[in-house]
Amino acid sequence: MASPAHEKMNSHSARIAPPVRNGDSIAAGQQKEARLRFQISNLDFFYGAKQAVYGLNLNIPANKVTALIGPSGCGKSTFLRNLNRMNETIRNSRYTGQILLDGQDIKRMDVVNLRRRVGMVFQRPNPFAKSIFENVAYGLRINGYKGRLSELVEHSLRRAALWEEVKDHLHKSAFALSGGQQQRLCIARALAVDPEVLLLDEPCSALDPVTTAKIEELMFHLKDSCTMVIVTHNMQQAARASDYTAFMLDGHLIEHNDTSKLFTTPTDHRTEAYITGRFG
Amino acid sequence: MERHFVHDLDELKQRLLWMGSLAERAVHQAVHSVLDADEHLAESVLSEEDAINEMQIEIDDRVQRLLALQAPMAADLRFLLAVSRINGDLERIGDQAVNVAHSAMRVLRHPQVKPYVDLPRMSELAESMVRDSLNALVRGDQDLAQSVLQRDDQVDRLRDQLFRELLTYMMENSAVVFAAFELIMVAKNLERIGDHATNIAEDVIYFIAGRDVRHPALDRR
Repeated sequence: MASPAHEKMNSHSARIAPPVRNGDSIAAGQQKEARLRFQISNLDFFYGAKQAVYGLNLNIPANKVTALIGPSGCGKSTFLRNLNRMNETIRNSRYTGQILLDGQDIKRMDVVNLRRRVGMVFQRPNPFAKSIFENVAYGLRINGYKGRLSELVEHSLRRAALWEEVKDHLHKSAFALSGGQQQRLCIARALAVDPEVLLLDEPCSALDPVTTAKIEELMFHLKDSCTMVIVTHNMQQAARASDYTAFMLDGHLIEHNDTSKLFTTPTDHRTEAYITGRFG
Repeated sequence: MERHFVHDLDELKQRLLWMGSLAERAVHQAVHSVLDADEHLAESVLSEEDAINEMQIEIDDRVQRLLALQAPMAADLRFLLAVSRINGDLERIGDQAVNVAHSAMRVLRHPQVKPYVDLPRMSELAESMVRDSLNALVRGDQDLAQSVLQRDDQVDRLRDQLFRELLTYMMENSAVVFAAFELIMVAKNLERIGDHATNIAEDVIYFIAGRDVRHPALDRR
């Protein structure tokens, strides 16, 4: 569904097989063939002196949804924010290790370009105090887009499954929308600059089940053109909406596997205890 | 604090074991109505069939409710899937016992064809398979479940042996054809009970280890 104006340059994407555990399922076997969007190795992250992520190694395949689950404070949102260097906005934070996006070290990338390529959607919808149209057009304007804005705004709103609901009110304030519509508007805004990756930090935690289902359906359709990493506390959502799931605990990555495998036959007893609610 | 769900799972297991004990008793009584020439045992099997069928519906309802309301994961999910399948196998074991009871009533109208040697062995083997597959579930004992799978071949061999032997009796004396045929049907039903016990053991291994051992020849890449 990517617009012709935004043909992506993925030719340099890595094609390196991730580590596959013994006894991995069919889907994990297929992951061997999948192109990798992110390759994270030996990632340590610190808030000042406090370490929040420990020696994390993870490969994130392209055009798949990877879910991060784990108890509060386990480091999943911290890890997510590393992927587009959003943590740099926090004073005294730093990381060591390597994060490669399509084989390129993100540390060496221009941060504005990185965040264009790796968009983010937050827990609470955060539309700008502007019209629906301007919310979507904003990112395009600051990226110096010279084409027909209205076409791309429509395209983005369609990709976010919001167009039919707002096409007659494009110049109304974004705040007039419901919570679920605002969240889809934020997704449309992120999609407008045609990112290769969308990071979603608990995007449905403030939404009702019907709107949550719309967002999950949207994620399913976006996979054609986008890689997604979602942090969620809702294990049913991780089970429904993701292809791969990573379980984190106390800053460590405990287990990463096919979602179907992890939720039926986890290999680590801590994962088992967490997902069956027998934690601690 | 123990979650209510854990209590529900335990209660479900107890109900399944109770159903297992009913099915096991039905098999024992049905075969012994032949071996001991006791028609009352066969009548008892027929009268208790409804209890097993009612248990099947009750257990299905419990499984459906827990799947819908608790959205179980990992071992809990595997347990519920295994219970759902075991439930069906136990009900079928009850049906096989009823078939044996019907055969027993017909066999008892005729003089005994031969001394019963293989039939008690076969019955003990099939009953032990049912018992041990359920014990494996209770104890989480994968080795015990595996041993049930291995016993299935012995039951099959005994059925073939009994079939050949009864065939010779039928060829020698046409007067015993009717009773001998019913004994072959008893053996056939015991063999099917062994198959159901094997299914149960496979489900128990799936529950314990997450391994699907049902069709080893299939290439599951």
